[in-house]
Amino acid sequence: MILGWVIVDKNIRDMVIGLFILAILTPFGLLASGDAFGEWGLNDLKEKLGYAPSGMEELSSTYSAPMPDYSLPGTEGSTGSALNYILSAVLGIILCAGVLYLLGKRIARNG
Amino acid sequence: MHIPDGYLGPYTYVALYLVMIPIWVHAGRKLSQELRSRQVPLLALSAAFSFVIMMFNLPVPGGSTGHAVGGAIIGIVLGPWATVISISVALILQALIFGDGGITAIGANCFNIAVVMPFSAYYLYRLLSGNSGLGSSKRMAAVAVAGYVSLVLAAAITGLEFGIQPMLHHDAGGLPLYMPYRLNITVTAMVLEHLVFGFIEAMVTVFIFAYIRRTDPSLLADSKPKSERGLEKVAVPA
Repeated sequence: MILGWVIVDKNIRDMVIGLFILAILTPFGLLASGDAFGEWGLNDLKEKLGYAPSGMEELSSTYSAPMPDYSLPGTEGSTGSALNYILSAVLGIILCAGVLYLLGKRIARNG
Repeated sequence: MHIPDGYLGPYTYVALYLVMIPIWVHAGRKLSQELRSRQVPLLALSAAFSFVIMMFNLPVPGGSTGHAVGGAIIGIVLGPWATVISISVALILQALIFGDGGITAIGANCFNIAVVMPFSAYYLYRLLSGNSGLGSSKRMAAVAVAGYVSLVLAAAITGLEFGIQPMLHHDAGGLPLYMPYRLNITVTAMVLEHLVFGFIEAMVTVFIFAYIRRTDPSLLADSKPKSERGLEKVAVPA
């Protein structure tokens, strides 16, 4: 259904191809080591400050995501991380596009 | 720029959820009034694009990292309200499945990345491009500036939310409960870093804009003056 549309429209098809090329290139995003400002792990922050903010300690364990840091379940920090990262990107593309496609088709007017 | 759980205290994250609810409702209404079925694939791909572009972490001196968002070009092409929905979906999936950005901070992250960014980019683009032609250097400059400034602005707002935490929440001994760094540090750090990443966002924005202008300029029709539309159709080869 979604593929049918993609093949019909050349521009959309090209954009999908471009997206999957980007997905394959995502491991370049792993080369940057370190965390973004304000996204440090609790232990790293404890080292910097000498203590862990107590509210942060409680809140930070609110939820654990099934694929933390764009890794497959159970493989965090493993050496196959480049492939994991690509698979996460592909899954992200399918989920984002899928959710918005279904939502869009429900609410869009013809034309 | 994805705030994790634990960095914002309840006042801030609840407030930003409360701010986001009417924005999401209004964006959803506008989308259902204006969205046409032929635009649906583009909307779907925009969220996927933003999702992937945010995975390209880049280093800055000092050991920190960051990334572009794609929020400016989506805002310019789809309009800011559709972009709210598009990037919010990407951010919510990043939080729920990949743990990038906190659950408590979904309101905050959507506000910074899916609202501040596309709205500032869209209006800066409109303001700076004026009546210039679709392919003019003035318009391309407007696109670049919109990309650059909107990312830095979103980072500054994020820094602001971080920096008010020590004032809002501390224990009896004065120790901060959430983000420990103060406003001058958080805003400075977020802005300085994103002065670098802004160039990447500007490049992404210009590149996609130029690509769309070449392949399907009708997508940019709403953002150029009416008087030019006829001319543009003749000038751009199919």
